[in-house]
Amino acid sequence: MEREDSKSRARRKKVWHGMSWLYAIVIYLFLYIPVFVMIIYSFNDSRNNMVWQGFTTKYYAKLFSDSGLWEIFGNTLLIAVVSTLFATVIGTLGAVGFKKARFKGKGLITYSVYFPIVVPEIVLAVATLMMFSLSDVKLSMGTMILGNITLLLPYIFITVNSRLAGMDPSIEEASLDLGANRFHTFINITLPAVLPGVISGAFMGFSLALENLVISSFLADASTTNLSMRVYSMVKKGVSPEINALSTLIFLVFLLMMAVYGITNIVRNKVKLN
Amino acid sequence: MKKKNSEEKEKISIAKRISQIALCGPVTIWSVLFIYVPMALLLFMSFMTKGPLGIIKYEFTLENYKAIFDSVYFNVIKESVLVALITTVLSVLMGYPFAYFMAMKKKKISGILMILLMIPFWTNELVIVYSFVILLNNSGLVNTFLQVVGITKEPLSMLYNNFAVIAGMLYMLLPFAVLPMYSSIEKLDKGLLEASKDLGAGPVKTFFKITLPLTAPGIFAGVILVFIPTIGYYQITDMLGGGTQMMIGNLINNQFSISRNWPFGAALSMLLAVLILVMLFICQKIGGNLDDLAA
Repeated sequence: MEREDSKSRARRKKVWHGMSWLYAIVIYLFLYIPVFVMIIYSFNDSRNNMVWQGFTTKYYAKLFSDSGLWEIFGNTLLIAVVSTLFATVIGTLGAVGFKKARFKGKGLITYSVYFPIVVPEIVLAVATLMMFSLSDVKLSMGTMILGNITLLLPYIFITVNSRLAGMDPSIEEASLDLGANRFHTFINITLPAVLPGVISGAFMGFSLALENLVISSFLADASTTNLSMRVYSMVKKGVSPEINALSTLIFLVFLLMMAVYGITNIVRNKVKLN
Repeated sequence: MKKKNSEEKEKISIAKRISQIALCGPVTIWSVLFIYVPMALLLFMSFMTKGPLGIIKYEFTLENYKAIFDSVYFNVIKESVLVALITTVLSVLMGYPFAYFMAMKKKKISGILMILLMIPFWTNELVIVYSFVILLNNSGLVNTFLQVVGITKEPLSMLYNNFAVIAGMLYMLLPFAVLPMYSSIEKLDKGLLEASKDLGAGPVKTFFKITLPLTAPGIFAGVILVFIPTIGYYQITDMLGGGTQMMIGNLINNQFSISRNWPFGAALSMLLAVLILVMLFICQKIGGNLDDLAA
């Protein structure tokens, strides 16, 4: 009797185990099918890319001779790189400083740093547009970058903060006691300790800036377009497979970057263990 | 001797001051200049009068806020809240079992599952939304599949309606529901589940009495992280709703692209911001912890 009970329990556990994996696979299918569609339809021989018309690689060839699209890609990359750099520096300094500093209004500033995640992006986009327009600042790539920096700051702040939370404050104190000045302590002690947080925040920010639509399109002048704005403008007539080809290439570069980063981390950990 | 000591202390405190300013200064200036000033101007603009041809007349008025309660606009707001709520509920219902599944695996496996969850989001959001157009249109992949298999004879209309909009939003926001729920389930003391089982509670009772209450903060965080972007999205509603579906985001966007009515756009944006801040406040009052958002 008891034996049968444990047998049926084992069977039930097995069924449960199988069902939970099945559920996970369904979720992953939901997430990956659109990605595969993006990749497969970059080989679609159809200009508006709604229905499969046959296999071609011509859009990849076309991609490399399309100077208009390269300009858009250049804009997108420039905006993403510059805003990630600024946001990373400002956010990292701020997160480190805010941990210890006590001053009036610190709470208000902290809340406002998180504001862009807490409130829909379009609100900030509209508000920033109004500020530039009322103060007669001409819209340009510069204003797009300013908007993107504000948007990325909270992500850097959060990832650096989570590293700081796990850091032993006595190491910094020891460095100061042993005669290092505050600048050297920051460069040699604090920064290396929070670096993984800085990198993951910067990576997250960069990938967000690369696909930003809302704040970029509100703060763009008539002649500057980024990739997402281009896609958005094409939607009504159908998005060309060329865009899919470019997006697929960007996606592959991202995968490669992550793989390299992951592998170097594993190798470094192994070296440390040895 | 004593004097020297205090001098030295003063020197240290000056150095401390300078380092504090260098560290906190940039972010403080930034958030004043790019959060507080724009939001103050937004508030100011929402009380101004719209002139002809999109010119702004600087005369105080409450008309912009009154217009929100016009039935046309108010229906859009009701619709937005409804769509956002449905998306939020679905993403929690779909995401929780998945988060639970990940959290119960070994560290190494759950790490891999987590990376697999993030990879699709390194693609361009709009190109992926367009994948939904390819999948869901009348002669698209899903309809072709359903007809070939013989489940349906006629193509189902799955695009340019709320179904497509909610599917697209669910796609974009599912990980934001999963991540905080995962981190709170992972922190759950598994000993409690064992204890509950040993004391004779079944799995269902254990779930509702132990697991669910203890992981509620993660669910709260997930709800907030999904609801907020959903209610402001205009690109997904536009691309998958085909212009038939309007949400607050579209309405705001239209005030800048088509109607050129900045004061009304400002009033709608203020409404959206206040709505969200009130929601966050309530969530914090009933026990949600905003720190969970960071996890």
